Amino acid sequence: MQLTLEFGGGLELLCESKKIHKVNVETQKGVEKLTMKDLLTWVRTNLIKERPEMFMKGDTVRPGVLVLVNDCDWELSGQLNTTLEEKDVVVFISTLHGG
Amino acid sequence: MESNGGDASQILRQIETLKATRSDIDRRISALEAQLREINPSHGNDAVLNGSCPPISGFDSGFGHGLSPDNIYRYSRHLLLPSFGVQGQSNLLKSSILVVGAGGLGSPALLYLAACGVGRLGIVDHDVVEVNNMHRQIIHTEEYIGQPKVKSAAAACRSINSTIKIVEHQEALRTSNALEILSQYDIVVDATDNAPSRYMISDCCVVLGKPLVSGAALGLEGQLTVYNYNGGPCYRCLFPTPPPSTACQRCADSGVLGVVPGVIGCLQALEAIKIASAVGEPLSGRMLLFDALSARIRIVKIRGRSLQCEACGESATFTRQQFQEFDYEKFTETPLSPSPLKLNLLQADSRISTKEFKEKIVKGEVHILVDVRPEHHFKIVSLPGSLNIPFRSLEARLPEISSALEEEGNKTKSGSGAQLYVLCRRGNDSQRAVQYLHKMGFTSAKDIIGGLEGWARDVDPNLPMY
Repeated sequence: MQLTLEFGGGLELLCESKKIHKVNVETQKGVEKLTMKDLLTWVRTNLIKERPEMFMKGDTVRPGVLVLVNDCDWELSGQLNTTLEEKDVVVFISTLHGG
Repeated sequence: MESNGGDASQILRQIETLKATRSDIDRRISALEAQLREINPSHGNDAVLNGSCPPISGFDSGFGHGLSPDNIYRYSRHLLLPSFGVQGQSNLLKSSILVVGAGGLGSPALLYLAACGVGRLGIVDHDVVEVNNMHRQIIHTEEYIGQPKVKSAAAACRSINSTIKIVEHQEALRTSNALEILSQYDIVVDATDNAPSRYMISDCCVVLGKPLVSGAALGLEGQLTVYNYNGGPCYRCLFPTPPPSTACQRCADSGVLGVVPGVIGCLQALEAIKIASAVGEPLSGRMLLFDALSARIRIVKIRGRSLQCEACGESATFTRQQFQEFDYEKFTETPLSPSPLKLNLLQADSRISTKEFKEKIVKGEVHILVDVRPEHHFKIVSLPGSLNIPFRSLEARLPEISSALEEEGNKTKSGSGAQLYVLCRRGNDSQRAVQYLHKMGFTSAKDIIGGLEGWARDVDPNLPMY
């Protein structure tokens, strides 16, 4: 499944300072759909190069990270259960506090 | 030598400051002259100085909208906007807005809010103007260095618009004073720079039922949204659990391109103006994400008010008293007025003061000095002869330290080997590095207490600091 993943607010530092990743995520055999839960595991294994605790806590993202699926808060689409489709854009952004 | 150098640089600094003051005065004189010409083009200076007709400002001009003739003229370009017009301006003139923080976000926000004619504009800040803030905190001028930001910002706002009321709150916002201060205003603008303040201001706005225009900026990115407005979410709806304190970077550590908070601060002023004038569609339930480097702005839909929210949810009973008793510093594990961290990880015999280190150099002790700051820090300023191995790559680059020690050690007559010293910006990472080096067998590694900042303070005041 072709997806565009974007990291911002400092999270890009965890994946070699690259903000936009065009990726191809294989779904498991016999399973058609890919959920956000699957994607998080995939990202943690394949893209996060350092300090994974700055990206995830337990099986979800750490507090202070907003997840957007096609420019929409994942809270509105079912969080970890959100089903992804071909060419979806998923953004992970750390909230900023500076000023 | 050093003290002479110190005197000279001090004099040079004074000259620079005086020159800046002089050009500022020149600018102000020409601005006033231009103003004079505009007021009275035919009569020149004398007529005005002798006092011409007193203006009838402050009086309703009798057109049913409450705007005085002076206000009509001053805000005419607003009045000419069909979607804003006299109603928008008159709403604005009757409104009151509080800006918390007169820094990178607050500077442009305050300038625009003062200029646009908000009836009463409050400023909260406890900090003083520093020269290394001025690249982004554009409301402050060099003549106010060392003075309270509130005083400086208020003076700038008054010089732009003397017809509105500017209120100075020269204090840190705390749970003890927040209710009293925020309750005096219709709209709150969060232009602070830390997590505990953001939770505190949002909760206080929920308790008082005030809309909150929240902005943040760091590095080359900015974020903006409106909380607690018309049934929309509050800060806690979005972030019920605070992030780990290690995820909260500060501009003083991570850097910030000056214009980035400038852009977000301007947008905060815009959102506050929209709410105050009751014109347009405020950014509630949506968030603006600004990426300066790739020149992209994305506006995303965020969740609505959370029914489970501890501050504003259905069963929430967050009262004034609970607010006053809430410990925001403990909640976020971050102090409200952030000061640099001061670790103390090592035994005294694994540490050396900057002055002692200087003596070792003077005596010609054979040593290796490893500077563990990131490479881009090292490029700003470094001590002569130091070897830059950033803390993050220390593990991979241990062999470089071994070979440098061996090479230098050969120079000692007795073969006693070279000493190993570790330096960073403030003396925290150097302690972490020494701890790691000890573990990896470099048992003689010593941390230089206070880092480069300590060196600049106690040994070489001419070393540039950042």
